[in-house]
Parts: sequence; structure tokens; C-alpha cells
Amino acid sequence: MSRSSGWAREAIAVFAKDWLVELRTRVALGAVVLFAFTSVVASGFALEPPSGVPAEVKASLLWVILFFAAVAGLSRVFVVEEETRTADALRLTVSPAGVFVGKLAFNTVLMCLLCAVTVPLYLLLLEAPVRHWNLFVVVVVLGSMALACATTAVGAIVAKATTRGALFGVLAFPVALPPLLVAIHATKAAWVSENGWRVATGDLQVLTGFMLVIVPASLLVFEHIWSE
Amino acid sequence: MSWQIVLRRVGKVYDERPVLWDISAKVTAPGAWTILGPNGSGKSTLLKLIAGLLTPTDGEVVYLHNGERLTAQQRRQAVGMVAPDMALYRPLTALENLRFFARARGLPVQDNDLLSLLEQVQLRAQAHDPIATFSTGMVQRLKVLTALVHRPPVLLLDEPGSNLDEAGMGFVRHIIREQMKDGIVIVATNDTREMDYGEPLIRLGA
Amino acid sequence: MSNIAKALTGVWIAGVIAVAFLWLPPAQGFRSPEAARIVVFHVPCAILTFVAFLLNAAYSWGYLRTREPLTDAKANIAAELGMLFAVLATVTGSLFALEQWGSAWNWDPRETSIVMLMLVYAAYFVLRGAVEERTKRARLSAAYALLAFPAMVFLIWILPRIVESLHPSNTLFSRSGLDPMYRLTLWSFFAGLLAVFVWMFRLRLRVEIAETRLRQQMSCEPETTLTGAKR
Repeated sequence: MSRSSGWAREAIAVFAKDWLVELRTRVALGAVVLFAFTSVVASGFALEPPSGVPAEVKASLLWVILFFAAVAGLSRVFVVEEETRTADALRLTVSPAGVFVGKLAFNTVLMCLLCAVTVPLYLLLLEAPVRHWNLFVVVVVLGSMALACATTAVGAIVAKATTRGALFGVLAFPVALPPLLVAIHATKAAWVSENGWRVATGDLQVLTGFMLVIVPASLLVFEHIWSE
Repeated sequence: MSWQIVLRRVGKVYDERPVLWDISAKVTAPGAWTILGPNGSGKSTLLKLIAGLLTPTDGEVVYLHNGERLTAQQRRQAVGMVAPDMALYRPLTALENLRFFARARGLPVQDNDLLSLLEQVQLRAQAHDPIATFSTGMVQRLKVLTALVHRPPVLLLDEPGSNLDEAGMGFVRHIIREQMKDGIVIVATNDTREMDYGEPLIRLGA
Repeated sequence: MSNIAKALTGVWIAGVIAVAFLWLPPAQGFRSPEAARIVVFHVPCAILTFVAFLLNAAYSWGYLRTREPLTDAKANIAAELGMLFAVLATVTGSLFALEQWGSAWNWDPRETSIVMLMLVYAAYFVLRGAVEERTKRARLSAAYALLAFPAMVFLIWILPRIVESLHPSNTLFSRSGLDPMYRLTLWSFFAGLLAVFVWMFRLRLRVEIAETRLRQQMSCEPETTLTGAKR
């Protein structure tokens, strides 16, 4: 027993494997990007002319779209293991912590990719006025990370349930609500507030604090979700 | 260097329906054993309990090495398992699958090492093919490889010969013979051809 | 709960309600002083729904540690009662808001927190309905409860600052500004309601235990010996 498989190494292996599978099958990416794309285009179409729409509405709509796009794809990383019967081999090989961290990392990157595709399109189509660009980028990055943190463990729960359907959205929403609300608040600050940073600093702290609480909580319960 | 697996009054209940109850046994390396019983008697469940994939509702499964209990992490390193319902990653190639399981276990292997392992089971030529294209026999050989890549002292086989031809069965027999020289092999089966793979350990069912 | 205790509780609550409507003077400083009496009923419901939430989280934690089926039953019952009182709190709060501010919903942080709590309870029940096997259901819903708990704590913490800036603040009367008579009536009602809560909890628990025993008897065949299986 001389080898030590630290959970970090395990997580990296799981992360690499999940992305390899995803790039070959493109199920999660497809679901997420497609949903976001159609939502943004539909919103842009429906809210023409965008100048008549208040900034609060645009900020809220952006994050609502991001949330539901996340719901479309962030449970995939666990569901696919159950559907293709690979969960047992994984459970035999990797510690629960390694599995969780690896898949959390996967979801975080997925969210970041989603934002990279969605946000520029949204800003363009809905003519969102960005006053503090650096703040906005920080808000998007932190907000999407927080959404991934909030929903990964829930995705694991949903993967184990027998009837999945719309379960993920229903379960994920209450847990994702806190980061969602502060992200909207901070986005609005980044767009229209004069002293955006001062207004949004509290929100950024909440986002970080939320992640610092939810990730350990998720780790704690994940062992119980993952083992039979 | 003695490995032991101890089952103490192990039981597994689903919704007040007992699948297994009061199973006790002890195996000490080296050797091979069998778990026998008709379909539906709980063989796979028992094997999964031994592997640590399931948690018993009663009793416990303990792994001992030189008398010391193994932690969960150590157990994971000590066990390799092959089962029909345990699949590998179909979109990935044989090499990618092997690489994942090796890296996840912290083995400092290079691709060359993995390729020579694939050579040993005549899968070298298909190393870069997605395993969705593999035949049952090829998949079985790869499963065995991923189960043994970290040289575990314990090998668990659930109906290893199912859907295999004579060559495949021969491969299984060879693996078991090699493993039982130093380690523990437990085979769950209801196939008469496989019953003499080891000493009968537990008989389930009527 | 003994019959005497039940009767006493009933009389107590009836008495408090009578006091609230007949004896308490109309509240000062409210637009519709008569309707403001509803405060006496609204606040205890709100408190109890949060208490139920805490209980649900505590029992969920307990279940994951001990895997006692009864603990899971208790978590479920706490959620059921929490949902009941959340609905009552929301309805009474809406009625009050209607009288006081002319609209039934005002995004007041406290009211919003209770509605979010209802969302969590609803999600919890949806999850429980989606898992058939008993131990799995208990395990997964306990895990979810322990994720929803810190999320709700965060929500309740951040809600005021979000709502303040997004909407004009409608301060739902400060507790300290309440007339002492009102406060007495309120806490009296709370005491009665708490007794009802405990009674319903224990009643529901007895039903759960009876159901479990019946299930066990029906699934055990005479020949099967369940030695070592703990019941």
C-alpha cells in the first residue's frame, strides 16, 4: 500500500476523463449552449427595442437564462455515470471526495464556457449598458462558479433518483437562489451604478462566502449520496 | 504478508425485503473461492458488499492485512472487480480507459507501460479504438486489465464467463490461476463450468 | 397527548382568539387597526415554520449519522408541519398586507423568506416522491435538506439588502413598537400553537410507526428468520 492517491490527483483524473467523454459525446455542452442561445435570441426578439427595457430587468433576465441553462446541463456529469453503468467502476476506484471535486471542477468549467458564449451575445442583442467592465467580468466569473457549486451536489442527488425529469430544476432552484440574487444585484451595479465597486463589494463577499459554505457542506453530504 | 477478508453476519435489506441475511465467512490469501447460487439469489449483491460498492444493513465486511483493519481508501486499492453490469467508458478508447483507471489510482505509469499491458491481452492493435466497437470478449479482457492494473491482492469476478467463448473462458481461467498464487480470488457464478474455479465459500438460495 | 391536555389546549387557543378579537384595542398606527389583530396569529405561524425547518435539518443530520428510519420519519413530519405553518403564515401575512398597504404582496424580506421556505419544502416533497426505495429516499432527502439549510440561511441573511435596493422598503412593523397587550396575546397564541405543533407531530409519528410495523408484518414470511437484523 505504498501508493497514495490523494483526492486532488483523483479529482484531476476524473475531471480529465469527464471532459474527454464530454468532448466526444457533447451532450451537456449541446444542451447548455443550445438552451442559452435560443433563450437569448428569443429574449432579444421579444424585447425589441431593448432601450425600453430597464437595466434591472436585463440583469435579472441574464441570470435567469444562465440558471436555466445550467439546469439543462449540470446534472449530466452524474446522470451519465448512472445511465452508462460506469458509476460502480468509478466508486470502486475513486474516493467520494475525488469524485465530487472532479465533477465540481467539470461543472465550473462548463458554466464558464456557457458564460463565455452567452454573455457577449446577450450584451449585444439586448444592448446592455456596461459601465464597469472589470467588475462585470468578476461578477460573471464568481456568479457562475457559485451556481456550479450550488448545483453540483443537487445534480448528484437527482442522478440517484429513479424518475429524473424536471427534478433537477425544482431541487436546484432554492439552493441556487442566494447566489442568483446577489449576482443580479451586482450585475446591475456593474452596469448602471456610479460607484459600482462599492455597491457590489458586499455581493462579491456573499458569493465567495456562499461558495466557502456550500462546497464543504456538499462534500459532507456527498459521501452519503454517492455510497449505497 | 497475509490478506484476509472477514464477513461478520452480513445482511442486506431493501424496503423490509431481505436479500441477504446472516452471512459469515473468512478467507485468507492465497486461494480462490466461489459463491454459488441460482439467479436472483443475491450473488452479485454479496460480491458488491465484499467489494465495498454496497454497505451492509447488518453486520460488516472487514479487510485485514497482517491483522490490521484497512481503511476505505486502502480497501479501494486492495480490490479489483469485474462484473457484467459494471461498464467501462464507451466513448473512450481502450488506452484512455486504462489511463484513467491507472491515473485515478495514482499509478506513475506512462502510455508505453499501458500499451504493453494491452499487448498482454491481445488488445494492443485496438488501443486507440473506442470500446463501443469492441466485442464482448475484448471488453471482458479490458475489464480484467483495468481491474488488475494496480495489482490488487483481491480480485472479485461476477459471472466472468458469461457470453464468452472457449478462448475467453481460457483467459479467465488463466487470470484466476495467476491471481490465486499470491492473492484472493472470489468468483460468483451459477455456471457449472465455473464451479471448480475455487473452493465453495458460500451457497445462496434454496 | 392526553385528552386533558388536548382539551386544555383547545380552550386556551379559543380563549386567546377571543381576547384578540374582543378585548384587544384596535392597534394604533395601522391603516386598518381592526385587521391588524391578525399580527397575533401571523407571527407565531412564521416562527413555527422556521422552528420546523430547524427540526428538519437536525433530524436529517441525525439520520445520516445513525440511519434510524424513525429519525427520517421525524424529518419528514417536521417538513410537513413546516409547510403547513408556512402556508398559514403567508396567508395571514397577505391578508394583513392587503389591509395595510392595499396589495397582497410587497416583497417584504420576511414574507419572501417564508415563501422561499415553502419552495424548499415543496422541493423536499418532490424529491421524496421521486425515490421509491425507503432507505434511498431517506438518505437522499436528508442530504438535500442539509444542502438547503445553509442556502436558506444565506437567503434570509441577504434578502434584506437585496430587497431594500430593488424595491422600496415596506417595514413590517417593528416588533418593539408593538403594544404590550398585543405582545402578551401574541405570545399566548404562540404557546397554544406550539402545543398544537407538538401534538400534531406526535400524532403523525404514531401513524408512521404503525404503518412501518404493518409493512414489516406483511413482508416477513414465517419461514424466514431475520437473525441479526435489527428492527
